[in-house]
Amino acid sequence: MAETNKELLLLSIFKRNPIGLLVLGVCSALAVTGQMTTAFVMSICVTLVVAFSSLTISIVRFQIPSSVRIGIQITVIATLVILVDQILKAFYFELSKQLSIYVGLIITNCIVMGRAEGFAMSNPPIPSFIDGIGNGLGYGFILMSVAFIRELFGSGSLFGFEVLPLTTNGGWYVRNGLLVLPASAFFLIALIIWILRTVDPEQQEKN
Amino acid sequence: MAHYIDIVLRSIFLENLPLSFFLGMCTFLAISKQVKAAVGLGAAVLVIMVITVPINNLILNYLLKPGALSWAGQPDLDLTFLGLLTYIAIIAAVVQILEMVLDRFVPALYNTLGIFLPLLTVNCAIFGGSLFMVERDYSFGESIAYGFGAGGGFFLAVVCLAGIRERLEYANPPAGLRGLGLTFITTGLIAMAFMGLAGMEF
Repeated sequence: MAETNKELLLLSIFKRNPIGLLVLGVCSALAVTGQMTTAFVMSICVTLVVAFSSLTISIVRFQIPSSVRIGIQITVIATLVILVDQILKAFYFELSKQLSIYVGLIITNCIVMGRAEGFAMSNPPIPSFIDGIGNGLGYGFILMSVAFIRELFGSGSLFGFEVLPLTTNGGWYVRNGLLVLPASAFFLIALIIWILRTVDPEQQEKN
Repeated sequence: MAHYIDIVLRSIFLENLPLSFFLGMCTFLAISKQVKAAVGLGAAVLVIMVITVPINNLILNYLLKPGALSWAGQPDLDLTFLGLLTYIAIIAAVVQILEMVLDRFVPALYNTLGIFLPLLTVNCAIFGGSLFMVERDYSFGESIAYGFGAGGGFFLAVVCLAGIRERLEYANPPAGLRGLGLTFITTGLIAMAFMGLAGMEF
C-alpha cells in the first residue's frame, strides 16, 4: 500500500470528499440537515454501514463471482441497514420517526455502493474498513456543516437547545425562514463545494 | 376520483422527489447535461415507478404486514423487518425484466431507455417512492397514482434542470463554482420555484 492508513482516512475526509468531489450520496445528505441531531445520527449510521460493508465485502472478495457482485453487495448492505434500522427503532424510537425513510435509503446511498465497488473489491479488509470510516466521516463533515448553519440560523438552536433567542419567544433573533426550507440546502452545499474547490484547485472541473 | 388526482398533483409539484426530498440526486445531477438524455432518464424513472410502487404495495399487503400471511395459515407472522431487502430485490428484478422485455419487443424504446435502466436499480427516487408508499399506508389504487405522480415529478424536474444547464454552458462562472456548484444553485432555484405552489390546495 502506497498510502498509510492515516493518510487514507484524511484523504477521504477532505481531498476525496465523497460529496464534494465524487457527487456521491447527496440524496440523503440534504434531507436530514434541518437539525443537528438528525444529521449527527445519520452520519453515524452511514459511517457504520460504509465501514462494515466495506470490511465484509473485502473479506469475501475472492469468493464473489464478478457477474453477480452487485447483487451480493446490495444484500450485504441491505442486511447491515436493516440492523441499524431495527436498533434505532428499538432504542431511539423518536429519532427513527424523524429520520423516517432516510435510514432505509442508506441502501441506495451511492457512497456505500461506490466504496464497496470501487475500493473494497480490490483491497484487503483493514484498509477497506479505514476507507469506509473516512468516507463516512467525510460525508458526516458536510452533513454536519450544513445542519449547523441551517439549524443555527433557521431555528436559532443547536441540537435542539436554544442558542439565539427567537423573537417569537421574546428574544432578539428573527429566524431566517429560507433556511428551514429544503431549497436552502442546495445553496449551502454549492457554497461548501465552492470553498473546497477554491482551496484545492485540482478539484475544479475543466470546461 | 378527486382523491387520486390530488395524490398525483401533490406528488408532482409539492412533494417532488428530487426537489423537496432530495431523492435520486445522484442520477439527477449526473444526467442533466442535455435535454435529450434527461427526457430518456425521466421516462425510464416514470415507467419503473408506475410498475414498482404498486407491486411493492401488493407484496406489503399480502406477504409482509402483520397477519398478511393468514391466507397461508400463518396469521401471527410479522415480516415487516424484511421490507427493505424485499423492496430493493423487487426493484432490481423489475428493472432486469423490463430491460429484457424492451430489448426483445420494442427495440426502438430500448435504445432510448436502455442505458438508464441498470442505473436505476440503486436510484434513491425509485426506492424512496416505495418507502413513502409504505410509510403513508397507501391502498393499491393510491399507490398507482402515487407512482405515476412521483415519476412524473422527477421527469419534469430533470428536464427543467437540463434545459437550464444547456444554456449555462455559455456562462462564465468563477472556476470553483463551475459544473457541480452551479448545478446545485440552479437546482435550489428550481426547488424554490416549485415551492411557490405550496399554498395551493388541490
